[in-house]
Amino acid sequence: MTQEELLVQIYKKDSNAFTLLYDMYSKSLYGIIFNLIKDKEESEDVLQEVFVKIWKNLDSYNDGKGRFFTWILNIARNASIDRLRSKSHNNSKKNLSADNFVHILDHNTSVTNKIDAIGIKEFINKLKPKCIKLIDLLFFKGYTQQEASEELEIPLGTVKTQNRNCINELRNILQVQ
Amino acid sequence: MNSEELIASGTLELFVFGLLTEAENEEIQQMAKQYPEVQSEIIAIEKAVVNLSYSISPNLSAENYNRIREKLIERENGVVTMQSRRSVAPYLGWAAAAVLMFGIGVQYYQYSKVSEEAQQANAERAKFEQMVAGLQRDNSQTERALNMLRAKESKDVLLEGQQIAPDAYAKVYVNDTYDEIYVDIAGLPEPPEGKVYQVWALKLNPMTPTSIGVLDTKDANAAKGIYRVENFEGAEAFGITLEPAGGSVAPTLEQLYTLGKV
Repeated sequence: MTQEELLVQIYKKDSNAFTLLYDMYSKSLYGIIFNLIKDKEESEDVLQEVFVKIWKNLDSYNDGKGRFFTWILNIARNASIDRLRSKSHNNSKKNLSADNFVHILDHNTSVTNKIDAIGIKEFINKLKPKCIKLIDLLFFKGYTQQEASEELEIPLGTVKTQNRNCINELRNILQVQ
Repeated sequence: MNSEELIASGTLELFVFGLLTEAENEEIQQMAKQYPEVQSEIIAIEKAVVNLSYSISPNLSAENYNRIREKLIERENGVVTMQSRRSVAPYLGWAAAAVLMFGIGVQYYQYSKVSEEAQQANAERAKFEQMVAGLQRDNSQTERALNMLRAKESKDVLLEGQQIAPDAYAKVYVNDTYDEIYVDIAGLPEPPEGKVYQVWALKLNPMTPTSIGVLDTKDANAAKGIYRVENFEGAEAFGITLEPAGGSVAPTLEQLYTLGKV
């Protein structure tokens, strides 16, 4: 389904629209939230909040300004970071970088996910460590290029292209062309 | 900037990650409308990161779906709110029943979804177990063949290529202690469709061939071209002929590929 077709359905805001939205994005959003919050129950709570925000603000999404996924990704990241701040877990993004999404796979103990997780872990471990860090900061944590370059001590001018190479690697691994 | 430069620059990745300014976003949306290759690149990047975040997500509890659904649909859109100005009491019971039925339905749906997932996981595990068992079997067969080949008592017999295939060769390993014979046909050409190699043990005086094996190259038991064949005590020579699938009662001598004396 293309984004346009999806949006036509979702704008109806009925029961089907919700199921569709949930099926397509809940797990990805949950992955993004969990990567920041690190607690399953609290992440579910934030996920609920995120869905409410998406639902309420659907009309303000403007597809001339970006992808729908990007829009909900931003909502999820911001809600997670707000949650962390309000609980004063951390006061700055700096503390967010302690570990990354690969770490989750090590600690993901849910039974039905396990086979998948093992398979995925093998895949993801094929990524260079630098790529794991870069994708973690830019995609999962929403760091700016400047922040990522400081954090990883790489020249600012190379962040964009290094990230592109990493995403290409990921696409090869996942076979997304 | 042309579309190729834009794609190579890495800006589209940042666009999908939501890290660009509004002005930059609009520019890229313009380019995407104009150039299909830009649009498809954006979609591929998005797919990759959606998959990545999906795959690291822990399992979502089934209730989660209901809780959110309830928040969004039932409360916001007023599915269960009562609008009538008249007394709603007579309807309350029906409404409650309807909600209950609906709830049961949703629960059942969730339950069947979860058990489907569990079944899938089980099927996958069974597949892996089978794979492991297969590999173990292959491995123990290879090991057994190797042990036999390396044993002190083993003799090897070189079968030289004959008229029909002068460059061909094969090796037979005989071990009287184990009572086992292995044939290595790495030096034979691939048999044509519908044909198979057949191995013969020969007594020379008088010349009597006895079939000790038809080599099916598709046979999973074959450890990389090394076949275990029937034991035959006192063989004085071995020969390999090409025969129709299933093998023959007597060797087709015009199709004798290799021959060697013990």
